Amino acid sequence: MQFKLNVRRYDPEAENPAPYWRAYEVDVPENASVLDCLIHVREYVDGTLAVRCSCRSAICGSCMMRVNGQARLACITKAKDMQELDEVITVEPGGNMPVLKDLIVDMDVFWNKIRQVKPWLEPVQPVPEREYLVPNETILDLTVAMNCIMCGACVSDCTSLEVDKNFIGPAALAKAYRFVDDPRDEDRQERLEELSGDGGVYDCTHCFFCVEVCPKGVAPMERIVDIRERAQGAGVTNNAGARHAVAFEDIIRDSGILDEPMLLLRSIGMNPAEQVKNLPGGIRLLRAGKLPLASGPFHHKIPGHGNVKRLFEKVETSQ
Amino acid sequence: MLEHDVLVVGAGLAGMQAALHAARQGASVAILTKVHPVRSHSNAAQGGINAAMEDDDPWEDHAYDTVKGSDFLGDQDAIEVLCSEAPETIIELEHMGVIFNRGSRGQIDLRAFGGQARKRTCYIADITGQVLLHVIYEQLMKAGTQVYEEWFVTSLVRQNDAICGVVALDLRTGALELIKAKAVILCTGGSGRVYEPSSNALICTGDGYAQAYRAGAPLMDMEMVQYHPTTLPSNGALMTEGARGEGAYLVNAKGERFMERYAPNMMELASRDVVSRAEQTEINEGRDIDGCVLLDVRHLDRNTILQKLSQIRELGLEYEGVDIVEEPCPVRPGMHYMMGGIKTDIQGATFVKGLYSAGEAACVSVHGGNRLGANSLLDTLVFGKRAGMSAVEYARGITDPNVPESRVEEDREHIGGILSRSADDGERAAALRLTMGQTMHEHVGVFRDHAGLTQAQNIIATLKERYQHVGIDDKGSVFNTDLLFALEVGLMLDVAEAIVAGALFRTESRGAQFRTDYPDRNDDDWLKHTLVYQGDGGPRLETLPVTITQWQPARRTY
Repeated sequence: MQFKLNVRRYDPEAENPAPYWRAYEVDVPENASVLDCLIHVREYVDGTLAVRCSCRSAICGSCMMRVNGQARLACITKAKDMQELDEVITVEPGGNMPVLKDLIVDMDVFWNKIRQVKPWLEPVQPVPEREYLVPNETILDLTVAMNCIMCGACVSDCTSLEVDKNFIGPAALAKAYRFVDDPRDEDRQERLEELSGDGGVYDCTHCFFCVEVCPKGVAPMERIVDIRERAQGAGVTNNAGARHAVAFEDIIRDSGILDEPMLLLRSIGMNPAEQVKNLPGGIRLLRAGKLPLASGPFHHKIPGHGNVKRLFEKVETSQ
Repeated sequence: MLEHDVLVVGAGLAGMQAALHAARQGASVAILTKVHPVRSHSNAAQGGINAAMEDDDPWEDHAYDTVKGSDFLGDQDAIEVLCSEAPETIIELEHMGVIFNRGSRGQIDLRAFGGQARKRTCYIADITGQVLLHVIYEQLMKAGTQVYEEWFVTSLVRQNDAICGVVALDLRTGALELIKAKAVILCTGGSGRVYEPSSNALICTGDGYAQAYRAGAPLMDMEMVQYHPTTLPSNGALMTEGARGEGAYLVNAKGERFMERYAPNMMELASRDVVSRAEQTEINEGRDIDGCVLLDVRHLDRNTILQKLSQIRELGLEYEGVDIVEEPCPVRPGMHYMMGGIKTDIQGATFVKGLYSAGEAACVSVHGGNRLGANSLLDTLVFGKRAGMSAVEYARGITDPNVPESRVEEDREHIGGILSRSADDGERAAALRLTMGQTMHEHVGVFRDHAGLTQAQNIIATLKERYQHVGIDDKGSVFNTDLLFALEVGLMLDVAEAIVAGALFRTESRGAQFRTDYPDRNDDDWLKHTLVYQGDGGPRLETLPVTITQWQPARRTY
């Protein structure tokens, strides 16, 4: 079957290195993957095309790239499905990481973030002579996070990382969850505090892209939410993220509508230095119309706000 | 000048384990790998890792199953090491953070696997290798071990009869460097790409076999190439033996569980060589479905499939469009594993001073003529550790090797030759590889005979001739994957040559080697290993006795 590909290429050794598009037409079996198409190009059409690949069965995580605008593993992306979506299959390197050549990106960015979460078990002492005894349910839960093959699809398409390079990011946080929820790990509390701080779980904006693009069902954003719940449950609440979550809930429960200045104040906490630091941000919000005038000192509860409170109670008792 | 006490080549389980244990001895250690460690092919081991974990399961029983599985070609001193050190290896992994599936008391659960008299396989769903690989990599990050990531060894440096470093290509920059090392450990894995199709990843090009062979180290039992009974017809991907461990059936076109004719006791869980031969016989005699038999799990509990076999369900859906919960899945024997490899002793030392090896790259030999499922992960860890420790011990006795920088020029010249030719004017590496792979599958697969092997030998010789003119499109330095592939194909042709030589030499049928012209096992003449050295006029063959400690060869039935 004929497939048309448009591949975004980049040669760092060119005279004036700049990305460019190159079109290819390949004749491969109907059930070919996008990776099969690229390998065909590399082997028989244009050997200069650089792509990382190895296992061909979604376990090594090498061939993450953007196909038709979304991060995918090329080896399990059927060319036919992609061509049905668009007439030409668009292939680009993954996002949020510098391109080294063609479809090969610099994963150091990715791994540095993984290293940031102390990605190894700190065994609970004393270490038993035999194995630690762990319920199988816990193992099944951890298996979801262990399914991660570090392909970087979530990092490629993370909208928070795009604007905030400081964010630890979906892959590293999913990895962190794997230790937070492991009963054999001694550093749980310390990890929860660390992960609730700067660049941590509260920097995720819940855009769901990582859940959508993850080829292994790890659903990083859900693991991020899991960490938040575990942290708040463990009393790790003295941070802007947790305060923001609690204040948000309190305000809605009480008045049925958000009181933005109050939310901001409560999130920052009773720390004058922090308040001053956040002042320019507050002014920018005000200018952009994100702090409605009918709030703050003028904040009013919505009519029928009692119903909102009852909704909360109903949800809480049903849980 | 790049310099280390110990340089490990390859960062799969064996390589990382070797590096971790070498570093713990206080040596200066680095790993060199052509892909990031977690991209290594140890990932692909789905089903599990064997160990006699239960009190009423002495390790000797595991050892006997392994000896029998090997068709009595395994060296029993090595098998004793493998099986007696297995339980402590599992506990070590568990303490490192491996999340083994658990039984009712929270203890490590066991599943059934082929060729074994009882359940003995520790596992994590069907992603055991992946979890082990990622956890060992966590330890490597913790240890802060230096990794030459995305580097490729172009040759081993041998001086005064000892290995004292490597010449390697930095794929990111194209720089060719000399890395001095008092000891080098090859943990470069197998060579599935020598065959077409194969269950193996694209990186499994047997680099270490060829590098060692070229440096004068012998390869052992290279004819012992495992065909896995359940690979997918569309791309050779593996469906774990764990499926049969959980109770899956193999069925032919007439709906018969044909294994009852070949292995009435163990049925689908006979050893892999036996099951693959049975399938191929069914296929050859016309009881096939488009060249396949069927793997049927429909009678298993739905939750078992979803929890324990989820990855192969995905693979079935992805590549065959078959949901194994609803339909049987077509499978056929596919090239999967090299029992043979660089000959080492139980400390990982090869016949060349300063050169060590472990994992699929090595042949200790614990697998002999046929490897039991879930013994390969164990092999990588037990012998990776030993190779790491003994390499350090050796390195301590070595004074600084004096290698001239000019040694790099030999390799630069070779690479320059490839770069100077275009793919259109010269030979295309991909075409050479495809012909090699198809030839090996056709003539050096499940069934072999003299005529076919001779034909394969001639074809490989011709391909080696044509390879002298190999050319490439990419003339750049940064990530020249075109060049990398051309270099790999050159190495693979040497591996193919060694496999064919071993298969022609061994005029008997044992384990994975089935010669239709010599259909019986012949203990009188062939209870021994084949050794192949690279000679001036082609491969030079020798034999080595099998080490037998407590189990005498017996008739092998399942």
